[in-house]
Amino acid sequence: MIKRLCLWLFLLAPLSATAAIDAYEFSNESNEERFHELTGELRCPKCQNQNIADSDAPLAADLRREVHRMVEEGEPDASIIDFMVTRYGEFVLYRPRVTATTWLLWYGPFVLLGIGLLVVFMISRNRRNRQTLSENSTATEAQPGQTEGYSPSDNLTPEEAERLNKLLQQEKDQ
Amino acid sequence: MIDMVVPELGEFSLILALCLSVLLAIVPLVGASRGNVLWMNFARPLSKGMFLFTLFSFICLSWSFLYNDFSVAYVASNSNSALPWYYRMSAVWGGHEGSLLLWALILAAWTLAVAVKSRNLPQDIISRVLAVMGWISVGFYLFILFTSSPFERHLPAFPQEGADLNPLLQDFGLIVHPPMLYMGYVGFAVSFAFAIAALLSGRLDAAWARWSRPWTSVAWAFLTLGIALGSWWAYYELGWGGWWFWDPVENASLMPWLVGTALIHSLAVTEKRGVFKSWTVLLAIFAFSLSLLGTFLVRSGVLTSVHAFASDPERGLFILVMLAIVIGGSLLLYALRAGQMRSESSFGLLSRESLLLVNNVLLVVSCAMVLLGTIYPLIVDALGMGKLSVGPPYFNALFVPLGAILVVFMGIGVISRWKQMQLSMLVQQLWLPGVVALVLGVGSTWLFAAELKPWVTLGLVLAWWVVLSGLRDLYNRLRHRREKLAGLLKQTRSYYGMVLAHLGVAVLVVGVALVSIYSEQRDLRMQPGDSISFRDYTFIYDGNRHVEGPNYTSDQGQIRVLLNGEPYTEMHPEKRLYTARGNVMTEAAIDPGFTRDLYVALGEPLENGAWAVRVQYKPYVRWLWLGGLLMTFGGLLAASDPRYRKRRAMAAA
Amino acid sequence: MNNRKLFAFIPLVLFLVLGIFLWRGLSLDPTELPSELAEKKKPLPAFELPSLTEPETLLTPADLAGEVALLNVWATWCPTCKEEHGFLNRLARDEGVTIYGINYKDEPGKAREWLRRYLNPYQKVVLDQEGTLGLDMGVYGAPETYVLDAEGRVRYRHVGAVDAQVWETLQQVMQQVRTEAKG
Repeated sequence: MIKRLCLWLFLLAPLSATAAIDAYEFSNESNEERFHELTGELRCPKCQNQNIADSDAPLAADLRREVHRMVEEGEPDASIIDFMVTRYGEFVLYRPRVTATTWLLWYGPFVLLGIGLLVVFMISRNRRNRQTLSENSTATEAQPGQTEGYSPSDNLTPEEAERLNKLLQQEKDQ
Repeated sequence: MIDMVVPELGEFSLILALCLSVLLAIVPLVGASRGNVLWMNFARPLSKGMFLFTLFSFICLSWSFLYNDFSVAYVASNSNSALPWYYRMSAVWGGHEGSLLLWALILAAWTLAVAVKSRNLPQDIISRVLAVMGWISVGFYLFILFTSSPFERHLPAFPQEGADLNPLLQDFGLIVHPPMLYMGYVGFAVSFAFAIAALLSGRLDAAWARWSRPWTSVAWAFLTLGIALGSWWAYYELGWGGWWFWDPVENASLMPWLVGTALIHSLAVTEKRGVFKSWTVLLAIFAFSLSLLGTFLVRSGVLTSVHAFASDPERGLFILVMLAIVIGGSLLLYALRAGQMRSESSFGLLSRESLLLVNNVLLVVSCAMVLLGTIYPLIVDALGMGKLSVGPPYFNALFVPLGAILVVFMGIGVISRWKQMQLSMLVQQLWLPGVVALVLGVGSTWLFAAELKPWVTLGLVLAWWVVLSGLRDLYNRLRHRREKLAGLLKQTRSYYGMVLAHLGVAVLVVGVALVSIYSEQRDLRMQPGDSISFRDYTFIYDGNRHVEGPNYTSDQGQIRVLLNGEPYTEMHPEKRLYTARGNVMTEAAIDPGFTRDLYVALGEPLENGAWAVRVQYKPYVRWLWLGGLLMTFGGLLAASDPRYRKRRAMAAA
Repeated sequence: MNNRKLFAFIPLVLFLVLGIFLWRGLSLDPTELPSELAEKKKPLPAFELPSLTEPETLLTPADLAGEVALLNVWATWCPTCKEEHGFLNRLARDEGVTIYGINYKDEPGKAREWLRRYLNPYQKVVLDQEGTLGLDMGVYGAPETYVLDAEGRVRYRHVGAVDAQVWETLQQVMQQVRTEAKG
């Protein structure tokens, strides 16, 4: 993925950019699929930001060879992944395992989504209730004189109010 | 001998631009707070001057590139006299220093545009907006001049020949991609400036939202285009046919896009209904902050290893300090002022307002997810809990469901009414589009592959859902008009912009679903005469030919393609050696089509004259970028709505 | 201060937390990978490979145990290896450090020639022509230098050239390993 950094135009070091293509043969189609899936989810330790399927680093080629060998020998995915992790650590997994360390990563967004939807629900209900209250409640809540030049949002200067009205009027006329 | 000092003129001009930006940051702001019209009036001329000096500086650097002045260190490391002139021009932004200068130029251009285009805005508002732009400019000029000047010289002994532009960047996509992306990034500076000006003045009203809207739409459109171009470039240039990698640099551009999309919708509510004001302001701050954060993440090397940067952490520190001032300062201002904002209208649980708020929540959560995934390795490392990686499997697993929910709500939101509506009405309007989308989605999936893969089916059903609910909305708009055609013409440009952008999403979803699931790929060893068939195509390899380019030599594969046994086309994938730097590059051969691409790349030479060859079939891959283009046009169309310009006529009257 | 005002501070607080991590990130190196062997103090993986200098002799992990030592992974195709070679020679000669070598994915002829020309700091050199041992050890870039304890367990790994600065760290680790063994 060093190549991709160049998209952002600041890597000046010499580099080569070649697709990693090797002509492996597979005994059946499911093995081939498994090979592509596994190499696509394992990160190349040498080139840092590339999976071993795409990287043209020699180490990635070695790792592809190992994955190919193990897939053809019928090793299950889990043991192939273990093989990599015992050698290179959790770093090689582009799909981090769900552990206490990664709970925030995996579940955090959903918790946030839940909170967000709850807030939307509360706000909407709140606003609907306020509808029945008198309009001037907003005026009393605002704190006058808090900051210099501050006026509550609905208090336009007369000119601005007029301008806005004109704008809105024009739109209706359209 | 004026041409001898062109780089010095460039640097000097940049220093002058810095001086003007300092004045711009201070004088109009003081004028606005004191009500001093004279001081406020300085804002526009200062903006113009800042732009002119930055432009001149940029032209000076371009001059050095065009005339191969290798005494300039930046030119020497990014250009070469054998480079064609158009790549010498795009090499100006081919490296770190020059791309920052481009950033500064685009920022100055946006400032100028605001200065020229908003004649009818209240004087104090426009003064504050331009002053905020001035503050941001000061930061960037300082960054360039102190840490990354492109005008530094290699003197007295300078190289006779340049090191050449990185071959990956010698490409049309890379000529246009960075400027578009920067237009988007920097464009959010305008939304940001409007938000800060509103916070400073305390006037945060529907008029503010209306002023800010067209700018935000244009910036968003450019960012969309920039991202689409980047994806397209990666697809054809990197040589393995991927189009999105969830790389930190890509995520850095996706995050402001997601928040920017939320901002566009939120601004619409604020303008029409005067609600969510503080939320909208916050989104405007976030959108630009994420653009800056993206710059930091990419430039500082905290996420990706960059040799140039590891030796120069001062740049990273500089950007971090700038982030702290700009983002921290604006969020502090927000915290102090936003608590006082009040919304004047109310709405119900089931209303366009609340549905757009749901849209905002989904977009912001998606953005938070991308941010979390991008920096999680850093967080874990900083806490001393080891090294881990977060990659495409994670992002896909979380983004796809979030996106799917978002698209479902897109259909509902389009139909919904302001203030309050009945559930029964919503159901009554949407049951038909829903059922038809289900039928058509399942049907088209079946037609495509005679099987029902769940993700593809979901994708196509959602795409139909967006289209059909949009049609239902159009029907609602025209139902009570007698002249249907005239009714069509009566709809506003904003409306059609929205329709185009939503249609773009539908097209994108189709592309993503089909290309992700139904792409086919074969990596194989081919000797001259070998052939491979899949789908209706047969690829026959006829060996390689040696080709000489202007600054490279190349092995060019000769591949004949047959369609149903008839000659169809020839494809010439290349393996190039760029001589100046000794880089090897894969140039894939692509036969583009509306419903599929054929994609052939050369790997390594094997024994006996055989080569490793990758042949790919990519269904509907063009729809990804077609969707991006539709969204871009949608954004531009919405921004061009005459009602945003009307006030000018009024001001003149 | 009402709730609403407090809520308005949330974005600022979140940003400050993020900022602290980013600042911390400036001094972290994302390219540096910890060694799984060193983290877990594991012994070297099992191997039975010929010696580079005496091709008839087969070496096993037991041959590299016995005292606290350095284990250096090198190859003739690696320019940084050449850079650090002089320093390794000095360590072996002047400081009396026991250094073992693994000749990684290399041509034995070239490697023997290299040792003749640039001197041999290694007590024993394992010939890992296929890179299988390197793979099992999690080598990701030559040169790499490991600290082995007397039982032959891996205690530390450094990736990149060994120079005076790195040697200070290595020396500390070796010293610590020795005192641990005594205590």
